[in-house]
Amino acid sequence: MAKREITYREAINEALRQEMERDPDVIVIGEDVAGGAGLPPEMQDAFGGVFGVTKGLLGKFGPGRVWDTPISEAGYMGAAVGAAATGLRPVAELMFVSFMGVCLDQLSNQAAKLRYMFGGKAKVPLTVRTVIGGGVRAAGQHSTIDYSMLTHIPGLKCVAPSNPYDAKGLLVSAIRDDDPVIFCEHIQLYNMKGSVPEENYAIPLGQAHVMRPGTDVTVVAFSRLALVALTAAEQLGKDGISVEVIDGRSLSPLDEGTILASVRRTHRLVVVDEDTPRCSMASDVVALVARKAFLALHSAPQMVTPPHTPVPYSPPMEDFYIPSSQRVAEAIRATLEARV
Amino acid sequence: MPLVSKEKLHWAYERMTLIRAFEEKLHQLIPQHRLPGFAHLSAGQEAVAVGVCAHLDDKDFVTSTHRGHGHCIAKGLEVGAMMAELYGKSTGCSKGKGGSFHIADLDRGMLGTNGIVGAGLPLACGPALVAKVKGTRQVAASFFGEGATNQGAFHEATNLASVWKLPVLFVCENNLYSEATPVEYAIKITNIADRADAYGIPGVIVDGMDFFDVYEKALQAVERARNGEGPTLLEAKTYRYFGHYEGDAMKYRAREEEQKYSARDPTTNFKRRVLAEGLLGALEFEAIEKKAVATIEAAVKAAEQAPWPRPEECLADVYVTYP
Repeated sequence: MAKREITYREAINEALRQEMERDPDVIVIGEDVAGGAGLPPEMQDAFGGVFGVTKGLLGKFGPGRVWDTPISEAGYMGAAVGAAATGLRPVAELMFVSFMGVCLDQLSNQAAKLRYMFGGKAKVPLTVRTVIGGGVRAAGQHSTIDYSMLTHIPGLKCVAPSNPYDAKGLLVSAIRDDDPVIFCEHIQLYNMKGSVPEENYAIPLGQAHVMRPGTDVTVVAFSRLALVALTAAEQLGKDGISVEVIDGRSLSPLDEGTILASVRRTHRLVVVDEDTPRCSMASDVVALVARKAFLALHSAPQMVTPPHTPVPYSPPMEDFYIPSSQRVAEAIRATLEARV
Repeated sequence: MPLVSKEKLHWAYERMTLIRAFEEKLHQLIPQHRLPGFAHLSAGQEAVAVGVCAHLDDKDFVTSTHRGHGHCIAKGLEVGAMMAELYGKSTGCSKGKGGSFHIADLDRGMLGTNGIVGAGLPLACGPALVAKVKGTRQVAASFFGEGATNQGAFHEATNLASVWKLPVLFVCENNLYSEATPVEYAIKITNIADRADAYGIPGVIVDGMDFFDVYEKALQAVERARNGEGPTLLEAKTYRYFGHYEGDAMKYRAREEEQKYSARDPTTNFKRRVLAEGLLGALEFEAIEKKAVATIEAAVKAAEQAPWPRPEECLADVYVTYP
């Protein structure tokens, strides 16, 4: 039987639809998640989310399950946190992760901490879907990654799928999870096609994905850059270099075991991350390996990241800014040439 | 005076007296360093908490503030577990992980005191949304100070609740000072209730020193919410007897002003009026007062004798599951 191929956008939409069918407590909240609210029926669902991810949910589930909000992230994020703590399982859309600054109190001080501060008496089964990443000439306030900041916060979980299959399975897990989960959708992946089963399935949180096994170098990469790392690995494979590529799709919990086991076999590490380098997923993985597999290393770990600057607008600058497969390949070669 | 049942009057005086006794006891204990942390006391504001919560049951949720002991007691939380929480003991209602800023009991509809000014307003829209989605008649109430109405969260939450017609009461306790800053400096309108106009919801001024005025106007707001007519902003004009925090020398306000408000003390006035109407007798009042003091003394004794949490307990309850 031919495997069905759908886009990353469609995979997320399907996960939402199936989870909303399965559980009446799942609701969708956000800015223009339908669009055209209050207008005649033919003008409603005008957007279905600014990237069309939630399209059709209003028609299927009605306004009691799909809530368009004012442009008011602190307001609706707080409502989603409060609703999660008192009986619903909301999926709130934050249009761009760069906007988290205007609702960070509700994420970091409320969603992440209520359970702890109340001595375990609350749970906050909230999913925040948000858009990350550059490459679409959207400049500094619509191109950031920022998941390292969210991963830094105890009480939040964070995932960043790199393909349609993972997007569906991880969103299902995020929605069913009883803790708040930040679900990071890369802006450049929405039209990516991939094989996705129609039936509902869940990919457990906390599991990395070994995309390509290898023996010479371990590359840990996140979100879209996992695909870029895979391209680099394929190129180097032609030169006889065997690269293991691990998609660190679950940022928190992080699958330390898979990463450490790989480095203990390959003795070399490259981390590829689109987030800015200081206090990042990249530096965190390097620190993890330095602490727990130091003696296994045959060369210094490499980080392939953007420079520590905001995301630039102009194409030549942005193309320089975002790590390329060529840069990943250079870093891999560097770990093979250098010795500790 | 609105018609209030004898049982409700008894309950209201019992709760107000318990709040007063709780806060006055802390006012004694904190300078003696008998408990860790710091506290913001709500003595003087009892009528607001009790007058609003009189219309709520355990299924109705409340969000509160840094000055939240009164809201918790009015919502029916057990003062022994609250006191133990302030002492940081393992028997505390949040197992010693929250302290005064994070007292919660979801079974009693208390979604927490809160350390962030204004944060409770968006949170209260949550249970109100749950009520709307599930079609129950539950309501939510959010207490906050006048200072919170300068936060974006106030404006976002009131607008959102108005847009979605949520069953929620926004209860502003205007006690005239945000920390040490007078309301006249930080807010350039006389009545905070007027801010409701900006969001198309009713704004109602309440005498926060008068239980009966709060009770009557809160009832209207709760009925409006339960009937699906949307949110109300109540502005309770009130006063805190103690400082912003315990240890505050209160150089920013005049002793004459304090005397003016203590002459309108909500518990004393309640008692005088109820006695005059013959609804409760002097002996009943005396029994309630004695019981409140005894309850608080017992809570302190139990909290002082309770065990500390084990240090490694700090590792628990971050997540439900991880991974």
